[in-house]
Order: sequence, then structure tokens, then C-alpha cells
Amino acid sequence: MPANPLLKVSGLHAGYGEVEILRGIDLEVGQGDIVAVLGSNGVGKSTLNLALSGIVKARQGTIEFDGHAIHRERPPAIVASGLIHVPEGRRIFPNMSVSDNLDLGSYRRAAKHRAQNRERVFAIFPRLRERATQRAGTLSGGEQQMLAIGRGLMAEPKLIILDEPSLGLSPLLVEEMFGMILRLNKEGLAVLLVEQNVVQSLDIVHRAYILEHGSIVMSGTPDELRSNADLKRAFLGL
Amino acid sequence: MHLTILIPAILNGLLTGAVYALIALGLTLVYGVLHIINFAHGAMLTAALFAAFFMHKLLGLDPYIAVFILSPAFFALGYALQRFVIGPAAHGSDSNILLVTLGLSVVIENAMLHFFRADTRTIDVPYGFSVVPVAGAYLSVPRLVGFGVAVLVAVLLWALLTRSDTGKAIRAVAKEKLGAELSGIDVSHIYAVTFGLGAACVAIAACLLIPTYYVNPHVGTGFVLVAFTIVVLGGMGSIPGALIGGLFVGVVESLCGLYLGESLGQIGIFLMFILVLLFRPSGLMGERA
Ligand SMILES: Nc1ncnc2c1ncn2[C@@H]1O[C@H](COP(=O)(O)OP(=O)(O)O)[C@@H](O)[C@H]1O
Ligand SMILES: [Mg+2]
Repeated sequence: MPANPLLKVSGLHAGYGEVEILRGIDLEVGQGDIVAVLGSNGVGKSTLNLALSGIVKARQGTIEFDGHAIHRERPPAIVASGLIHVPEGRRIFPNMSVSDNLDLGSYRRAAKHRAQNRERVFAIFPRLRERATQRAGTLSGGEQQMLAIGRGLMAEPKLIILDEPSLGLSPLLVEEMFGMILRLNKEGLAVLLVEQNVVQSLDIVHRAYILEHGSIVMSGTPDELRSNADLKRAFLGL
Repeated sequence: MHLTILIPAILNGLLTGAVYALIALGLTLVYGVLHIINFAHGAMLTAALFAAFFMHKLLGLDPYIAVFILSPAFFALGYALQRFVIGPAAHGSDSNILLVTLGLSVVIENAMLHFFRADTRTIDVPYGFSVVPVAGAYLSVPRLVGFGVAVLVAVLLWALLTRSDTGKAIRAVAKEKLGAELSGIDVSHIYAVTFGLGAACVAIAACLLIPTYYVNPHVGTGFVLVAFTIVVLGGMGSIPGALIGGLFVGVVESLCGLYLGESLGQIGIFLMFILVLLFRPSGLMGERA
């Protein structure tokens, strides 16, 4: 556990209407950390991300980010504080050009460094530079994922949440995507990687939490988790 | 029909159509972003016409000066209405927004009926009847000004939407609300800005109309019916569609008036509306921008 965590979630409850989805989540991400939240479809991973970014209200518990309580903040304030969430399904702006999409990534934060950050994103994803003037809706699935991450990077995140970045990508592209995420982390970016892809995620993270029915049922280093018999049975199919 | 009658009719139709387009612009913008028809649009136009009327009557302000006060004032009014009345009252449901704007229009129109009676009023400006010859036709100067300003506003609005951060945020919210929120865009602020822009369009239209038109508590309704036709014709939410659709409708109205008689001019518009709904429900411009 990091001594002075960047993100600290304690006893978080959240849900939709009458239904409670998250039932007391405790989780930490340290400076420069790369941490995974793993679990199958429908266990509440995306709900957790939406609660962290203020879209879904926290009903109970606290979220501290970079030394401040953010669980009552509205989404724009959370983005301004440097917690950037790249959502499941990309959610890019299909009617706008690739470079307009990137520009809007710096709508709330780091607008002053826009030109230089755009260059940096283009250096990471050269494909986006080739497509800069193209409408984002015409990009391939992999390119849209790159754009979604690129848009997130435009805000100079302190922590980036990636919700299923490998979803819908070919095995080769998944490999490339995970390599790129690892490189971003090696450059100092803290990453919360939310995935169903347990095997490949465990290869790149420092620690992981296993989410089931809205609760964390296990956590530890990849080695600890890989040697856990329950996890092997449930997720690794061994 | 003789060209010397046809050309002036077409030119006059374009002049009327540009102001129609300006009113439709506000309606289509709000539709494109909030995905609702603003039923208070007509009442806001009426209120703006009264405001322009009284600024002239009481303060002696020319409408072309008053526009610089009324357009920011209506922007602020529209912003506040959406942010503090419509938004909170709607609780995030689109059908509620619709009902709230409908209720607002009833309240505004009845308030005006109460204070100003059903009388029809006009203002006198020195240039009210000035004309200039254009291509063999004599065109009204205030209506020419109306045309120029309406087209200019459409171009400025387009530039705002495509070049500025706020404009890009408006387009982002229109298509991908969650993606916009996660980029730090304050959606309720953008909704309010959009509503404010719609109200500002109406205020500008009112200042362009009042030198040659009249105002009574119901005058906005007729305009908004035409504007709604234009919005459907140009494609719901499309800015270029509203401009081209507006000009087109102006010409159709003018030509129908020429062939069928002045009082039947608007029949052509609604006939066209029904034909478009039957054969091109997505509008003449096709795309749902
Ligand atoms: N907007 C919503 N309204 C109601 N229920 C929802 C909503 N979004 C997700 N859920 C439900 O919450 C549960 C968790 O969903 P989600 O957080 O998306 O899981 P995951 O990301 O792990 O697949 C699911 O049962 C899902 O049906
Ligand atoms: Mg999910």
C-alpha cells in the first residue's frame, strides 16, 4: 500500500435509483502507480469509474484525490484537479475532427500547453496525426481508442482511469495498447486500469483489485493473485 | 409572369427569408444541443419586439442601437431561464423541459396580454420607407439591413461553433454528453449558453423586424410556426440548413403570395412542410448535423 496515496477510496457506496451497485469499496493508487481493477461484465467497474469522476453520486464513503475530498465535487471540478477518466466505449465526439477532439481534452485543464501536448499525443499515436482533420466518427475502433486516450492526455492528468481500453480490439492491437499504457506509466503517469482482460492486465500492473458484485473480494500484487486458487478458477480458467 | 415582377418577388422573399432564418437558427440550435423544441421561442420573440418597441417609444433608441443592448440582455435572460428555471424544473427529463418551455410561453404571452392589451403597435423611424433600386427592383432599406445582419449573424454563429472552445463544447455536448462531461465541460452551463444564444438570435431578429413590422402579444407565434417549418426543412439541428431553409421559405412565401394572392402566401410554406415530412423527413439538407 502506498504511504501517501494519490487516490484513496474508503467505504464507497453508489448506484442508480433504488439499486445499489457499489457496496463499500476500499482502494488506493499511489503516485506513479499502475493499478488494475479486474472483474467480469456487470460487477460495477464502470460504475466505480463514474463515481470517481462525479457522474454517479457517492452515497456513502469518501474519495480523496491529491489530498482533497472529491466525492461531493461536480465533474468539471474533478477534471480540473487532474483526475481524468477515459470511458468505456471511447465516447469521442464523432461529428468533430480528430484535432478538435484533442482540443476539447484541454477544455478545462492545461489549455495553455495545448499545442505542445497535441504534439506529444501525435508522437505517441502517429496514426492520429495522419487523421488530424478527419471526422472522429470515421476512425477505426483502435484509432478511436487512441483518440480517447489522447484526449485524456491533453489534460495533463495526474491520474488516468482507463475503462476497458482493450475492448473490441484485435489481439495484436491489445498487445500494442497494453505496451503503450505501460510506457505512459514508466514516464511517471499514475494509471487505474479497469479491465476484464485479467491475464494481460496482470502482466503490466503493480497491484490489482478483484471486483465482484460491487465489492472488492481480493487484492494484491500480480504474483500473489496469480497464485491464488480461487482466482485461477474464476478468471484464469486454470 | 413577367420578369420585372418575378425578380422583385424573389428578392423580397430572400429579405424576409433571412429574418425567418435568424429566428429558425435559435430554434434549431437549441434543438440540436438540448434535443427539445423550445416552445417559448415565439413568446421570447414577442417579448423582444415589445422591448425594442418600448426602447424606441420611451427612450428614443433606434432599434439598430437597441440591438446592442437587447441581444446581450436576451442572452443573459435565456441563460438564466435555462440554468435556474427550465433546467432545475425539468429534473433531467427531456419531456419535462418541453412542458416547462410550453408553460413559460403561456406565462409570457399572458403577461404581455395583461400589460400591453391586444393592441397592435408600430414605430416610426426616418428610414422606415426608404428604398434602393437593386436589379430593377426597389427594395426596402430596413429589410435589406435585416437581410445583411441576419446572414452576418449566421456566419458569426457558425464561426463561434467551429472555432471557439465554447462553440466546440456546444457541439460536443450535442452529440456526446458523457464524453463532454468527462472532458470537464460543464453541461448545464453549455445548455444555458445555447439557450442564451437562441434568445439573442430572437432579440436581433426583433430589432431587425420592428422598423417595418408591428408588435402585439401574439405576433411571435406566426413567426415560430414558419421557423419550425424551416428547422424541419433544413434538418433538425443544422445551422446551414436553417439559413438556406429560411431563404428558401421566404422565396416560396413571396411567390405564392404573387400567384395566389397576398393572404395565401403562407399556404405554400405549410404545403411544402407537409411534402417534406412525407418525402424527406430528415430535411432537405439530409444530414442530422
Ligand atoms: N445507468 C444505469 N442505470 C441503472 N443500472 C445501471 C446503469 N448502468 C449500469 N447499471 C447496472 O449496474 C451494474 C454494474 O454495471 P457496470 O458498472 O457497467 O459494470 P461493469 O463495468 O463491471 O461491466 C449492472 O448490473 C448494470 O446493469
Ligand atoms: Mg464497464
